[in-house]
Formats: sequence, C-alpha cells, structure tokens
Amino acid sequence: MNPALLIIFGTILFSALLGVFAGRRVPMNLENWTVGGRKFGVLLIWLLMAGEIYTTFTFLGASGWAYSKGAPAFYILVYGALAYTLSFFILPALWRVGKKHGLHTQPDYFIHRYGSRALGVFVALIGVASIIPYLELQLAGLGYIVNVASRGAISAPLAILLSFVLTCAFVLTSGIRGAAWVAVVKDIMMLLAVAVVGIGVPVIYFGGIGKMFRALSLKFPGHLVFPGAAAHMDVVWVMSTCLLTGLGFYMWPHMFGAAFSAKSAETIKRNAIIMPFYQIPTLLVFLVGFTALLVIPGLAKPDTSFLALVDKTYPSWFVGFVGAAGAVTAMVPSAVLVLFGATLLAKNVYQTGFNPKAGEAQVLRLSRIMVLVIMVVALMLALFFPNELVNLLIFGYDGVSQFFPGVVLGLFWKRVTKPAVGVGLVAGVVTVVALIVTHHDPLFGLNAGFVGLAVNAVLTISLSLLARRSLSGGGPDQPIHVK
Amino acid sequence: MRKGTRLALLLAAIPFLTLVFALPLVNRLRPIILGLPFLLFWILAWVALTPLILYLAYRLEKKYNPPEDEADR
Repeated sequence: MNPALLIIFGTILFSALLGVFAGRRVPMNLENWTVGGRKFGVLLIWLLMAGEIYTTFTFLGASGWAYSKGAPAFYILVYGALAYTLSFFILPALWRVGKKHGLHTQPDYFIHRYGSRALGVFVALIGVASIIPYLELQLAGLGYIVNVASRGAISAPLAILLSFVLTCAFVLTSGIRGAAWVAVVKDIMMLLAVAVVGIGVPVIYFGGIGKMFRALSLKFPGHLVFPGAAAHMDVVWVMSTCLLTGLGFYMWPHMFGAAFSAKSAETIKRNAIIMPFYQIPTLLVFLVGFTALLVIPGLAKPDTSFLALVDKTYPSWFVGFVGAAGAVTAMVPSAVLVLFGATLLAKNVYQTGFNPKAGEAQVLRLSRIMVLVIMVVALMLALFFPNELVNLLIFGYDGVSQFFPGVVLGLFWKRVTKPAVGVGLVAGVVTVVALIVTHHDPLFGLNAGFVGLAVNAVLTISLSLLARRSLSGGGPDQPIHVK
Repeated sequence: MRKGTRLALLLAAIPFLTLVFALPLVNRLRPIILGLPFLLFWILAWVALTPLILYLAYRLEKKYNPPEDEADR
C-alpha cells in the first residue's frame, strides 16, 4: 500500500474511532445526543463550531471562487466576522432560554416562544430541506477529494461509502460529542494542510505572496476588485450577500443547535470573541486559488483548482495528507448536519406534528433511524446526481436566513406575535423561491435571499405592531413570554 | 437599555460599517500594502480587528452592566 493511501485510510479510521470512544462513558439520552449535556467549554465549542463552518465547500469552493470569480470570493472572509459579531449578542440570550426550558433544536425554540406546533413543524421542514443538499455536497466533495488525492486508487463512490459507514457509526454512538472530538483532528490537519499549501505555492511559483499578486494584477487587471471576473457580482451584490449570509449563519439548524451545547452563556460569549481568528485560514485558501489561476489557467471546473495545484506541486504522500484532511473536513459537518436533520424529523416533525405523546426514548430511537434515512438519501443524491444540487444549496442559505426575524425578535422584542412570524416566514420563503425559479437572482444587483429577508422582516414587524393595536392585550394569540 | 449593552452595540456596529457599508469606497487595487491589494488588505485587517473589538465590548459589558445579569453563568 502506498503512503498516500495509508495516510487517508489511517486518518479516517482513527477519527471515527475517536468519535465512537468520545461517547463511550456517557449514557445516551436526547440531551446528551443533541446538545452534549450542555457541558462543552470554550475550547471544545470553538473546535466544534469551526469544524461545522469550515467544510469541504470552504476548501474547494473558496479556492474555486478566487480562481474563477476573483474579488467576489472575499465575501467568504467577511460574512463570518459579521456572524460572530451578531452571535456575541444573540447566542448568550438564546442559550439562556434553551437551558431554562430544556430546548434541543431550532423548532423547539419556535414552538416554545410562539406557542405554535404548526410553526415548529414548518421550521423543521425548511431546516431539513436546507440540510440535505448541504450534506450531499459534503459527501460528493469527499468522494472527489479522496479520489484525486489517492491518484485514482480509491474511487469516489468507495470513499463516500466508507466515510458514510464510519460517520454514521460515531453519530449513532456518541451524538454531538463524537463530532466535537473528530473536529479536533480535522481542525489540526486542515490548518496544517492549508498553511503549508497557502504559503507554499505562491513562494514556489512566484517567490512570494506580494510577487504573486503583482503577476496576477498584471495578467488579469480587475480580478482583485469587485466585480472581478463575475459581472453580476458587483459591490451591491457583495454587500447584500455579506449581510444575508452574516445574518443567516447561525440560523442553520446545526449551528443553532451547537450553541445549546455550551456549558454557559458566558462560554458562548467568549467563543464569539475568538471565532473570527478562524477566518484567517480562508485567506490562505484564496492564495491557492489565485496562484492556480496563473499556473494552471483554463480548468473546466474551478472547484478542482486547489487539489489540481497541490497534485502538480507536491509529492504523493503530502497529496495524501491533504486528501485525508479533506475527508475529515467533510465528515465533521456531515455528522452534525445529519444529527440535527434526524432530530428535526423525529422530534419536531413526528413528535410535534403527529404524536405529541411519544416518549423521549422513542424519539431518540426514531432519531437514530432517521440518521440512516437522511444519510442514505444524501448518499443516493451524491452518487447519482453529483452536480445537480448546487442550486438547492443556494436555496439552503436563502431559506434558513428567513428564520432570523422570528429568532431575534423573539428574543429581544416582547411584542412580536405568532401570526406575524408565520406570515413573514412564508412570505420570505415564497419570495426567495419565486425569484430563483424565475431567474431573478440577483434582483437589481441584490441577492435574492436578501430581498426575501427584507420582505419577511417588514411583514413580521408591521403585522406585530398592527396585531397589538387591534387586540390591545390578551387574546388567543398572546405569545408566551420566555424572559 | 443598560449602558454596557449600549456601548457594546456601538462597538459591534464597527465591523458592519467597515466590512459592508465601506466596501464601495475601498474597492480598489492600490495602494498595495504588505504585498496585498488594497481591497483584500482592508477586509483582512478589519476581520483581524473584530476579535479585539468584541473583547472591548465584553469588558465594557462587564464593567457597566449590573452583575446580577451574569449570575446565571
């Protein structure tokens, strides 16, 4: 067996075993499975969140965007900083509500805050619809990375199947705790790989980062300012996209749920302060994409630029190392996505929607079955339709962002009402779908999700104000105040 | 609104001003700083300063907000 294969297999196996053992001495109930018993300290929550955020999409997509689009890729650097700044205020308040009322998931929050099971089921369904393409993208990315890194020795379907089995193993045994411990391996390997390649390739081909940028600005003037090589991504698009993705970031069901696993509101606040440091590696990924544009121009698929350049530049064992890092980078987000997707289906669609009397053990058992169901669906999509779900992923971000008014107003504004949130949410989702389906994204330069969010927020706020005036206290729609 | 929260929110506005609303003003290649094109340097600098801004916000909240708020830590 060649060293590259040994490194890839060794890493995947070691990570999965670590994940399985992480939950060995913890009795598995819903609380431990979904939110790790609310016991994670600053370091573990940082590694877990970083593990969820820096996915194969960051690895392949950020370099691919730098390669094919140029400056518009910088939004990836910006939106995280905006999201962490917001999370400094939002997540501690959210954590307190979650702790006080024993909430596990995002729909739990909506059900609790607005006293509406229908709203909970709706939020859960939008969440699952957003999670599946995201998960599919992780699996497809993993198959591709391992295939290239092993120089074709491991086929993409084999890599996907293997990591599928191992990821399911540690999700089923250890829940979120397993994902957090695998994230430790992932973060270390990913940082090493990105640092070596990101600093390495500009130096190897151009003698330095500054020299690489000089060569780039001579050969492709305009690539390093908006709109770069993507005419429809001018500065207005970048601004609206930064705002949308910054606001939507913690509205992903798995990011939202991860906040509950912190051991205190203080922990989650301190975490928000150090999160932006994890943005810096994205710069290194950009450097690889820019260097690739000069060294290997004209790639048919820009997302392959990172690995194509690594393959061209480094010995095979190091290519194997990058492949191993890429594989674990897909496994951690996959694990958390499938964990929350399954919990949403079992707890917030089945229990909330159809069988409120179902016991906790029954919900946990069903969640575990749903892990397999969701994984198999994503697996089928990854194997048979590897290229057709990117549009659904775009919808994913636009979709989950629509939760923002309901979550944030619910935390900080007592007057927001259930019908207002429901109408705003539906109107926002319909606006986004309509704009995307009729090919009006972007609309007047604005990101479609941003337009939907604006419609949603205006409706939520104005209907809440109107409802209050006509009801003047009391009434069946009186929200349950959580604070 | 308590004074600490108000100051923290004011500080939190800085990343939004510099990283979103200032973008049309800094959308330029030159001057090159530390080898980086100006736009990238600007974004990178403010992303790197965000933890410091948030830390300052954290200290101000601690200083001005009554301690019972943090009792449930």
